[in-house]
Amino acid sequence: MERFSYHRPSGLDEAVRAVGPHGKFIAGGTNLVDLMKYDVERPNRLVDVARIPGLDRIEPLPDGGLRIGALVSNSALAYDERVQRDYPLLSRAILSGASPQLRNAATTGGNLLQRTRCYYFYDAGTPCNKREPGTGCPARTGRNRIHAILGTSEHCIATHPSDMCVALAALEAVVRVSGPGGERAIPMAEFHRLPGDRPEIDTTLAPDEIVTAVDLPAPRFPRHFTYLKLRDRLSYAFALVSVAVGLEMEGETVRDARIALGGVAHKPWRVPAAEALLRGRTAGKEAFGEAAAALLQGARGFGDNDFKIELARRAINRALAQAAAGKPQSVADKRIA
Amino acid sequence: MTYIGTPRSRVDGRAKVTGAARYAGEFTAPDLAHGYIVSSAVAKGRVLSVETEAARALPGVLEVFTHENRPGTAWLSGNYQDEVAPPGAPFRPLYDSQIQFSGQPVALVVAEDFDTARDAASLIRVTYEAYPHQTDLHVQRAKAYVPSKKRDGIDPPPPPRGDADAALAAAPVSVRQEYSIAPEHHNPMEPHASTVIWEGEGKITVHDKIQGAQNSHNYITNVFGLAKENVRVLSPYVGGAFGSGLRPHHQLALAVMASLALKRSVRVSLTRDQMFALGYRPMTINTMALGADADGGLRAVQHEAVASTSTYEDYQEAVVNWSGLAYRCDNVKLGYKLAQLDAVTPLDMRAPGAPLGMFALESAMDELSYKLKMDPLELRLRNYAEIDGNTGHPFTSKELRAAYRQGAERFGWSRRNPEPRSMKEGRELIGWGMATGIWEAQMQQTSARATLMPDGTLEVATATADIGTGTYTILAQIAADAMGLAMEQVMVRIGDSSLPTSPVEGGSWTAASAGSAVQAVCYKLRDELLNHARSMPDSPLANASLQHVTFTEGRIALRSDPARFVTYSDAMRAGGHRMLSLEQTTSPDPNVQKTYSSYTHAAVFVEVRVDEELGVMRVTRVVDAVAAGKILNPKTARSQIIGGVVWGIGMALEEETFTDHALGRFMNHNLAEYHVPVNADIHEIDVIFVEEEDDKTSPLGVKGLGEIGIVGTAAAIANAVFHATGKRIRDLPITIDKVIG
Repeated sequence: MERFSYHRPSGLDEAVRAVGPHGKFIAGGTNLVDLMKYDVERPNRLVDVARIPGLDRIEPLPDGGLRIGALVSNSALAYDERVQRDYPLLSRAILSGASPQLRNAATTGGNLLQRTRCYYFYDAGTPCNKREPGTGCPARTGRNRIHAILGTSEHCIATHPSDMCVALAALEAVVRVSGPGGERAIPMAEFHRLPGDRPEIDTTLAPDEIVTAVDLPAPRFPRHFTYLKLRDRLSYAFALVSVAVGLEMEGETVRDARIALGGVAHKPWRVPAAEALLRGRTAGKEAFGEAAAALLQGARGFGDNDFKIELARRAINRALAQAAAGKPQSVADKRIA
Repeated sequence: MTYIGTPRSRVDGRAKVTGAARYAGEFTAPDLAHGYIVSSAVAKGRVLSVETEAARALPGVLEVFTHENRPGTAWLSGNYQDEVAPPGAPFRPLYDSQIQFSGQPVALVVAEDFDTARDAASLIRVTYEAYPHQTDLHVQRAKAYVPSKKRDGIDPPPPPRGDADAALAAAPVSVRQEYSIAPEHHNPMEPHASTVIWEGEGKITVHDKIQGAQNSHNYITNVFGLAKENVRVLSPYVGGAFGSGLRPHHQLALAVMASLALKRSVRVSLTRDQMFALGYRPMTINTMALGADADGGLRAVQHEAVASTSTYEDYQEAVVNWSGLAYRCDNVKLGYKLAQLDAVTPLDMRAPGAPLGMFALESAMDELSYKLKMDPLELRLRNYAEIDGNTGHPFTSKELRAAYRQGAERFGWSRRNPEPRSMKEGRELIGWGMATGIWEAQMQQTSARATLMPDGTLEVATATADIGTGTYTILAQIAADAMGLAMEQVMVRIGDSSLPTSPVEGGSWTAASAGSAVQAVCYKLRDELLNHARSMPDSPLANASLQHVTFTEGRIALRSDPARFVTYSDAMRAGGHRMLSLEQTTSPDPNVQKTYSSYTHAAVFVEVRVDEELGVMRVTRVVDAVAAGKILNPKTARSQIIGGVVWGIGMALEEETFTDHALGRFMNHNLAEYHVPVNADIHEIDVIFVEEEDDKTSPLGVKGLGEIGIVGTAAAIANAVFHATGKRIRDLPITIDKVIG
């Protein structure tokens, strides 16, 4: 862990000005502080945004959606009445991750920016292109049980570990950011990026930009949804595979669908063509199987994680069945519905 | 007796939950400096250079120790042996440039505060010449060998009996399979740490995370050539260890080295990832063959295990011996081999060896039961061993039959449909499995002191440890009963090298060993008090002998007339003592050791529910019926068994340390990626203690409970998974990929 200076700005403008090229914003710190202790992140400056006023609110938007301030804690978000009622997919995804203590500290903005759990990324004693570009990716030929099967590159096969982001991707949320050039909005689908030849860059956020809020569009899936998370123990583990599903149903017919996968790629994985396949189809094995195949097109394993391809296929099928039946996966009851 | 056998809360419970109990890394001193370890990135090779300039330049850095500048002390490998060291040349921290395992310390930074030390450590650049390494047991097993020197306290497999090859070939029904268990790490909640307090003039007091303060004491005096009286080691509280605290570790040697060199107090705490370089439960591959008659009678048992060790020590544990004594069989051939990896030496972990070998044996027994179309429990009863087949000795006691019966009854085993995949609820397949557990019951030579204070309270002391097991509590119960005092009047002192000699706390022997010593010294104290009381002028007890009196409520009273008594205080005074302190050593009965075998037993019954399509497993019910002699404290005893069962669930379904063989390094070295069970994984665990009279293992009738809870549990779960799914998984842990694969 290296030395750093600590700043507590009073507002967003000051925060953005203060961060500098080797600085980092810190809010809950549940991931960043860990990474600093492991010598993975080495910021020379921490800009503590946790007390910046105005960013910890959940407010209705004119179009019927919700604006979630970047500093809203994961707990506050998951237990917000409006979120539980109108966006239960988001609530359940958040509650399926981490622990109550972590969710109390972690923020919405920080959750978007959490970094991969790749063993090699976390171990400064090993090469890693994401941590030290150009050193190589031992995970490709080494231990990769928790690694990506989709959208990988020869430089990186890491996954994005968030549960919340998978739900946000399915809900087609929009990330609002602020920087020296003013404000802009980034759709979730474009917020996280694939590793390509720059695996050290997780998102399309510029280094001097800061997340201010996440906008949810008007609710569409309050009834036919699920967040199904499969992992190596029944709680407090990152997803091997997770599936966020939102369906609009008319009787047995799927009118529209949104599906996002977690634990399988460098970003929440969405394939609009897979969703289109379901439109107008009768909910059932045939349509679900086709959607799963479309979502997993091009999937490849690297040894330890070969099983994820089949597991993801089954999980997608089950999650679609849960959502269509209006029987979302329970967070508390570990039986898979 | 009023306390022994009754449920009692931990006497140290309040101290622990309020934070009053302090652990090795929490002690401090005004001159305390902090050490931080720099670890090797390569598995094998040598250090070419350690650049320390940048680290030394940081304000607050006191010294950077490497193999190039370490202080000259006793560096013979023999001086690094400890009480439980396996044969070989123990690792010597910063001894030379050679790297023997990934994560090996290559430098120690000492600074005024922890953060500076950690900061400085990140500035140190180490260059290596890496040599080719091998960390894959599947490759190295081809070079497996029988260790030339036996590890003290570990019996090698007994010689073959009968003709197992011929019997197996002739057996109408047989099973032959390979069963393996992944490497596992202890991961106690408390990280390993040593705080060395510099007392001046070459004297040090050491707070060490250790399961036996005297083991660390001997290690320090041997390694650093210090006089015994100049070193005192304390470990009054240990925040879980599970065997990881049996041996003194490198953080202790480094902290003492720095303290002696700098002549000030030094603490070295390990981070969670650094703890993965201390040792692990060895990866073990079992080859197991069973042959049986058509009616289920075992005709042949063959069990060979290959386990990982390091290149510098032959770590050994009992893996296969259990297969020679668990069931009655005339033709048995057992073998145990080691294969060297370029990795740290393995380290005893809860019930070392037993859950590995018993996973193989009890899985194979289950497989055999299906081939025989016989109930798995019936098969075990059919082959019930009345004597220890390895030695031919009778057991000191063995109520395993009662454990099978009571466990099966509580579980509802008789309602089991033997057909795999026959039970289903919703989307979940339900499986019921069972297995036997065995662990040795031992007593070790131990000394204890009892001191009757002027105010009538009693202090009992011995150098053993309490690693969370309840040692403080049971010793208080035993002493209170022996002396006829209230538990509140008994103060227990342990975890101090200056106290009467005790072995490390391990092997499930502490209750029998320290407990017997405490009871014996209390009885000696009673004799002494009675002598003094009888010699008093006009003593009401003048002609009384031991059987004529009672010792209750601080009085020696005549049985026939309790109104005639002498108080302990008066007796002491009559003997000319303000307080009375005696010491006593107890040892196991050598005749019993020569002519009997002593084991604890368990019958574990498990229900699992498996979502087959998604590979998700839940252990929804466990009944563990344990026969372990006298139960001193049903409350702490139950906790011991629950802890073992929980770990058995982890072993069965979750625990595995992944090695990257190209890097020669454990990769999931943190608690996010190394999984142990969490609350959601644990459902009902029902513990039954079967009545068992044992008058031979120890004077207390105690057989020990520390390990038995984990033995057999993983096998029972694997058997239940088979019953649920029809899928036999012979490679632990049973993870999602194996279930859907």
